[in-house]
Amino acid sequence: MSYLEYNRETVPTGFSKVLYVNWALVVLLVAVCAVGFLMLFSVAGGSLSPWAEPQMKRFALGLVMMFIVAMVPIYFWRNMALLAYLGSLLLLVFVELFGDVGMGAQRWIDLGFMRLQPSEVAKITLVMLLAAYYDWLDVGKTSRPLWVILPVLIILVPTALVLKQPDLGTALLLIVGGAMVMFCAGVHWLYFAVVIASGVGLVTTVLASRGTPWQLLKDYQFRRIDTFLDPESDPLGAGYHITQSKIALGSGGWTGRGLMEGTQSRLNFLPEKHTDFIFTTLAEEFGFVGGVSLLVLYVLILAFCIVSALKNRDRFSSLLILGIAGTFFLFFAVNMSMVMGLAPVVGVPLPLVSYGGSAMIVLLGAFGLVQSAHIHRPRGRG
Amino acid sequence: MRRAPKDTEESVRRITRRGLLMGGAMGGFATLLAARMRYMQVEQADAFRLLAEENRIKFSLIPPERGLIFDRNGKPVAENEQIYRVVIVPEDAGDIENTLARLRKIIPITDEEMEKALEEIRKSSPFLEYTIADRLSWEQLSEVAVNTPALPGISPEVGLSRHYPMMGDLAHVIGYVGRVSDYDLSKIEDPDPLLKLPQFQIGKTGVESKWEEPLRGKAGNRRIEVNASGRVMRELDRQQGQSGVDLQVTIDSQLQNFVQARLGDESAAAMVMDVTNGDLLAIGSTPSFDPNLFVRGISVADYRTLTEDDHRPLANKAAQGLYPPGSTFKMVTALAAVEAGVVTAGETFYCPGHKEVSGRRFHCWKRSGHGWVDLDTSLQQSCDVYYYELALKAGIENISAMAKKLGIGVRHDVPMSAVAEGIAPNMAWKQERYDQSWVVGDSLNASIGQGYVLASPLQLVVMASRLASGTRIEPRLVKSVDGREAEVKGLEPLDISPTALQQVRKGMYNVVNSSRGTARGSRIVAEGMTMAGKTGTSQVRSVVVRNQDVPWEQRDHALFVAFAPYDNPKYAVSVVVEHGGGGSAVAAPIARDVMLQALYGGLPPMEAYPKASRWQVEQMRKDLKLREDLQKQASDRA
Repeated sequence: MSYLEYNRETVPTGFSKVLYVNWALVVLLVAVCAVGFLMLFSVAGGSLSPWAEPQMKRFALGLVMMFIVAMVPIYFWRNMALLAYLGSLLLLVFVELFGDVGMGAQRWIDLGFMRLQPSEVAKITLVMLLAAYYDWLDVGKTSRPLWVILPVLIILVPTALVLKQPDLGTALLLIVGGAMVMFCAGVHWLYFAVVIASGVGLVTTVLASRGTPWQLLKDYQFRRIDTFLDPESDPLGAGYHITQSKIALGSGGWTGRGLMEGTQSRLNFLPEKHTDFIFTTLAEEFGFVGGVSLLVLYVLILAFCIVSALKNRDRFSSLLILGIAGTFFLFFAVNMSMVMGLAPVVGVPLPLVSYGGSAMIVLLGAFGLVQSAHIHRPRGRG
Repeated sequence: MRRAPKDTEESVRRITRRGLLMGGAMGGFATLLAARMRYMQVEQADAFRLLAEENRIKFSLIPPERGLIFDRNGKPVAENEQIYRVVIVPEDAGDIENTLARLRKIIPITDEEMEKALEEIRKSSPFLEYTIADRLSWEQLSEVAVNTPALPGISPEVGLSRHYPMMGDLAHVIGYVGRVSDYDLSKIEDPDPLLKLPQFQIGKTGVESKWEEPLRGKAGNRRIEVNASGRVMRELDRQQGQSGVDLQVTIDSQLQNFVQARLGDESAAAMVMDVTNGDLLAIGSTPSFDPNLFVRGISVADYRTLTEDDHRPLANKAAQGLYPPGSTFKMVTALAAVEAGVVTAGETFYCPGHKEVSGRRFHCWKRSGHGWVDLDTSLQQSCDVYYYELALKAGIENISAMAKKLGIGVRHDVPMSAVAEGIAPNMAWKQERYDQSWVVGDSLNASIGQGYVLASPLQLVVMASRLASGTRIEPRLVKSVDGREAEVKGLEPLDISPTALQQVRKGMYNVVNSSRGTARGSRIVAEGMTMAGKTGTSQVRSVVVRNQDVPWEQRDHALFVAFAPYDNPKYAVSVVVEHGGGGSAVAAPIARDVMLQALYGGLPPMEAYPKASRWQVEQMRKDLKLREDLQKQASDRA
């Protein structure tokens, strides 16, 4: 086991750690969660049940967890990375065999007080392991093929398990999130270029083969792809949700229709209004101003994380924070693109706002890691 | 173990570089999202807002209450009756099959209806109500109401439905309403959205159809907010509609009932018209049918019975039936000739029993001949040869013009279905219709109301009214609209010399009252109520009637037109009995009875009848099936 250059003299210990917490980040997180409570209160027709109250309870739990995680020295988490990763793989296998299936094909384990989605946990443990891997790996070997294949496998194993559920959104987040860590760790950009180029090439080839004698997919499969890429071509089926979502968002105007005045969400034209499409309700009721405000909060969280990561001279910490920030970004970017009709509908919740236990607690836990890295960052010249 | 130095300056810089790059990309994407949001929420906001409103706001029509129709005395002849039905709201019913099974113990529901109900309920939204049973009796409804605790989701409801209290008596005049058919919709340009409501009914025939739009009224509007599954959340606002106008028709229900009863089982028509103002007091057509059957939706079997009857109950014979007027047309020929100046009333012609014209022999009905006849005796005894002579002198154009002047060959503006135009033929008409030129024989046939001449009972009563009043009086069926009296048309005098008219009237008087008159048996002996009239017996031609070889079908039509009192005409009557035989034997007694009924406003005293015919009248009254309520009403009024 290796130790990072950890200067006990300069790193805070005991209760004094509390003073070194990145409080601005905490305030931002609480603010985003508060927006979530308000929206859940609104979509329930001005009632704390059935969504806002459980969400608040989970938030409290998540906040406690965040502080506990934050207080534990970062090297402990680095040492736990492999274990955590393997643990989450086990959970994924377990859930595949025994889990309950819910809407959107995500599987969970019922813990009684909450439903744990192992795929949510896997997003963070994957980033942890990748950060630890690059922390361990000799910098010079970063771009060598053999040492590139290993992290790719680390990414693909949980991705394959998640895809089997089948949860396309999470799979996408795992791949891109992992790739972000690899990118930040300094893997040569050519690898990324090749992967992206071949991916684009493959998709183009498949699509181009349509209608030709060497067609690579069956007609119905193409039709499914059509609806997936352009849901509005099927306005009564898959397109209904996205069309209603766009109407809700667009009808918000500059300042929105007011709290609980959003007709689209109140009259159930919006699907999944408390989970994946909650941003639409926000945009409908608080308009452009409300939507952009939340976006600004998200961007500020990202900014604080990135600044913290770049100032941190510990490699694991930097990569971990960047990875978590990247995953967080993917969450809201994919979700917002989806509800605005910029991306196909894949089940990705709006982070810290959408109703859902796992995502909230796991994300707050992840920000606990960010805080831990921030508190225990190396100080002085060492 | 020695570790390679990890945090070289280079590697730190690389992480910084890549981290910044990633952060920049994220920031860029966030900007893109903000831009997209701006585009949708600011630039396209209005369009999306409109779509959102379209989503949530639905219009629902409030059907107006259909206008009522009353007779001239204010008795309702078309009213809106409360009907009772039972509806189910599936989402409140719980176990639907169980609930319906319990409901079945209270009200009758057939297995078929049950299956259909379950099927429909399965298909529709659980919050939409479904009508399980319609047109229940008050007793059934109360029983359902009492048992509602045991019948979750089931509620008794009250609706409105058209009802015709006169049953068959006014079926042809008032008509009936029924469901809007696709054919109805195809006929109307830009139909009222009301017509597309599933239960909505419109006038199909008669006054109901001709006055459809005023009777229908204007629909109210309800703006309602619905949610995504179509459930009504709340009413945003409501615009009251306007109920239809109330009509008063000129019909006297009691007289109408008498006319229908008097015509009995004959295939016949009879009309009573007020010669002073054109009011149609009775428009009889038998046999009839119950219009209420059509409101409920007539069964196939019932409908077949109606259409297959050779007495044609569905046809309104009074307005759409066309018959050769026979001798009742003779007044027209007489006036045409006198007005043309080719004969005078006193001029006589010799009737040997026939007239030879261009090698063809035209017979008088009396083969032995009438001898010397003038206008008066020609009408009184209905001599045909006299009119052949007149036709030869006056020519068809004069006769045709006079017929139109008196209302034959003219489509009268009366709001009933299929009002016939009839035929007052002339040369141009024949040329156009048959592409043949007029021959003199046609004139001879026309002069006695045969050949091409066709008239409806409505036209005959108009003719009698105009002869009696000397005015161009127009028939009137609608007396008032929402209490405002309708216009009386045609009070100006006819451009026929009063002397000529008086001579014809005198002839008609003698038809009924002189010792040799053809309708002497049907005279009225009551003081000041003397009737004048004209009999007609018209031969059945293939032009008019379906060519079926049943004897009844080949018998002559019996006709009679009359007015009374002779001195101060009040009412005109026309009677046509299809294949009834002779006008004097069959049609004239009916006309007399109807006329007396009209003059007395109820059953007349026996003294009004000549002694010889009183026993027949008594017999007739015994067989008569009158509505008691109307009789009582009439006696109360008197």
